[in-house]
Amino acid sequence: MSKRDRLSGNEAVATAIRQIDPDVIAAFPITPSTEIPQYISSFKAEGLIGTEFVTVESEHSAMSACIGASAAGARAMTATSSAGMALMYELLYVAASDRLPIVMAAVNRALSGPININADHSDSMGARDSGWIQIYSENAQEAYDNMLMAHRIAEHPDVMLPVMICQDGFITSHAVENVVIEDDSFVKGFVGEYRPEKYLLNPDEPLGVGPYSVSIFYMEIKRQQFEAMSKARAVIAQVSADFTAQTGREYGMLEKYRMDGAELAILIMSSAAGTGKDAVDILRAKGVKAGLVKLRVFRPFPAEDVAEALGGLKALGIMDRSDGFSACGGPLGAEVRAALYGKADGIRTINYIYGLGGRDMRTEDFEHIFGELAAMRDGGEAPDCRYQGVRE
Amino acid sequence: MIEIRWHGRGGQGAKTAALLLADAAFATGLYVQGFPEYGPERMGAPITAYNRLDSKPIRVHSNIYSPDIVVIVDESLIGPVDVTAGLKSTGSVIVNTDRPPAAVREMFAGCTGAVYAIDANEISTRALGRALPNTPLLAAVARLSGIMPEDEFIRNMRDSFMHKFSSKPEVIEGNMNAIKEAWKGAVLL
Repeated sequence: MSKRDRLSGNEAVATAIRQIDPDVIAAFPITPSTEIPQYISSFKAEGLIGTEFVTVESEHSAMSACIGASAAGARAMTATSSAGMALMYELLYVAASDRLPIVMAAVNRALSGPININADHSDSMGARDSGWIQIYSENAQEAYDNMLMAHRIAEHPDVMLPVMICQDGFITSHAVENVVIEDDSFVKGFVGEYRPEKYLLNPDEPLGVGPYSVSIFYMEIKRQQFEAMSKARAVIAQVSADFTAQTGREYGMLEKYRMDGAELAILIMSSAAGTGKDAVDILRAKGVKAGLVKLRVFRPFPAEDVAEALGGLKALGIMDRSDGFSACGGPLGAEVRAALYGKADGIRTINYIYGLGGRDMRTEDFEHIFGELAAMRDGGEAPDCRYQGVRE
Repeated sequence: MIEIRWHGRGGQGAKTAALLLADAAFATGLYVQGFPEYGPERMGAPITAYNRLDSKPIRVHSNIYSPDIVVIVDESLIGPVDVTAGLKSTGSVIVNTDRPPAAVREMFAGCTGAVYAIDANEISTRALGRALPNTPLLAAVARLSGIMPEDEFIRNMRDSFMHKFSSKPEVIEGNMNAIKEAWKGAVLL
C-alpha cells in the first residue's frame, strides 16, 4: 500500500534512499542538498539503514569513495549541488568510463560567480559531457520516483553507467508538497538486489579498474560508453514503463502536455514545467493553441522523441536554465535544434535563458513568451536567443 | 486555491509556521505547498515564506505575487518591505502588533483588503514564557482561511507539534495553549 504524505523534495529523496538502503553513501554537505546526507545520518543513527555512511572532507573525495565502493561491487550513492558537483567533475568522468553504476541525488544550484545558492542548471549542465545519465524532476514526487528507477537503469547489464537524478534547489528541494510514498517492501522488490558481473572483491576473477589507457585502447573505451549510452534509451523506457504499470504514475523520455493541435509550444525541464502547464491552461482557455513538452531525460538525449513531439509546431520556445555562453543560446537550445534539423524542419525557434540563480519564473513570464512565439509565427522578426525576466 | 504570504525576520519562525500550516492543511485532505524564499541566512534579515492550499494538485512553482492572505510576523517590516504588494482586493492582512486599532489602521491606510490585528507576542509570552509569535499567527491564519474547523485544527496541530518537538516535549503544551487562545484572537479593524 502506498501512503499519502507531505514532504520536501529533499525529504522525498532521502526517503527513497532509506528504502533503497544502499551499501555505501559518501557525501559532503553543500546547500541546497545538505539535508539529504543529514537525513541519511539520522537514518544510520536510528538503525533504519545498514549503509556504510562515509563522511568525507570534500566532494572530490565523496565521488572518489563512491568509485572505490562501486568498483568493489557495492551499490554506492551520493548527493551534491553546485560547486560540490564542480569539485567532482574530474571523478564524474572516471565513474562513467569505469562503467560504475553510481547514483547521485543532484539538487541543482547555480555555479559561482557571483556566488549564489539558488536554482539553475549550470552545475549539471557542466557535467553533461561526463558520460552520466541525467534525469530531471518537476516536483518532489518525480524526484522520489526517479530515484526509485535510477538503480535499475544504472545497473542494467546493457548500461552500467552512473545516473544523476536532478531537481531544482529550494524550489522543490525545500518546498513541502503532497507526495505518494510507496511501501518499503515494494521499493525493495522494484529496485532489486545489485549483483555486479565483475567487481574488485571477487577473488575468483582478479580485475583491474581504472588503469592507464594508451592510445591504442582509449578510443575503444569511449566507443563502448557511446554504445552503453545509446542502449540506455531502451532501458530507461523499459524501467519507466514497468514503474508506470506498478504505480500508475506515468514516465517516459519526455512528457507532452496539451500538444494535440498545438501551434506554439515550449520545451522545458524541471520545476518550471509545472508553472508552464498552468500558463498553457490559461492560454488554451483564451483560444491560443499552446502546448508544452517537458524533457525528463537529458542524457541520453532522446533526439527522435523530441523531433516527434515537436513536429508540426509553427513556433517553439526552448527554455534553458543555464547559459553555455556560446553566444547563441544554451545547451538545450543547441541540442533541440539539432534534433529538429532534417526531422522536423520549418519550426521557428527562440532559445530562452531563464531562471538563473533562482530568478523566479511566473505564469506571466510564460504568457509573455507565448505572445512572442505567436508574433514570430505570424511573420515577426525574432532573435535566436533571448533572456527572459531580466532587467536590461 | 488559497495563497498565503508570510513576512518575518530570520529566527522568528515564519518558515516553520508555513510548514506547520501545510501540515495542518494536508491533514484535512488538501493539496499543499509550504516553502520559504531563501536569501542570505542571517538572524533578523527580512524573509518571506509561502503557502498554497487547494483541493486539486498544485503545479505552479513560483513565488506568490497576488496573495489571499498576508501575515506580518514583525511589524517593523511595514515600510521597508512592501508587505501588501499584490494583495487581492478581497484579501486579508494579519499583523502581529500591540498598537491601538487607530494606529494599525493608519499603517495600512492604502490597503483595500481587510486588516486583522493580533498581539501574538503577548499571547506566546503568556503561554510559552517568550515571544514566539509564529504559532499564534498560525491559528489566526487557519481560522481566516477557513480551511478547517477549530477542533480539527487543534487536533492536527497537536500531532504536528508532537512530531516537530519530539526532542523537547515540554514546549508542546505551551504551544497548544498559544494556538487555542489565538484562534479567535485576531480582531478585524
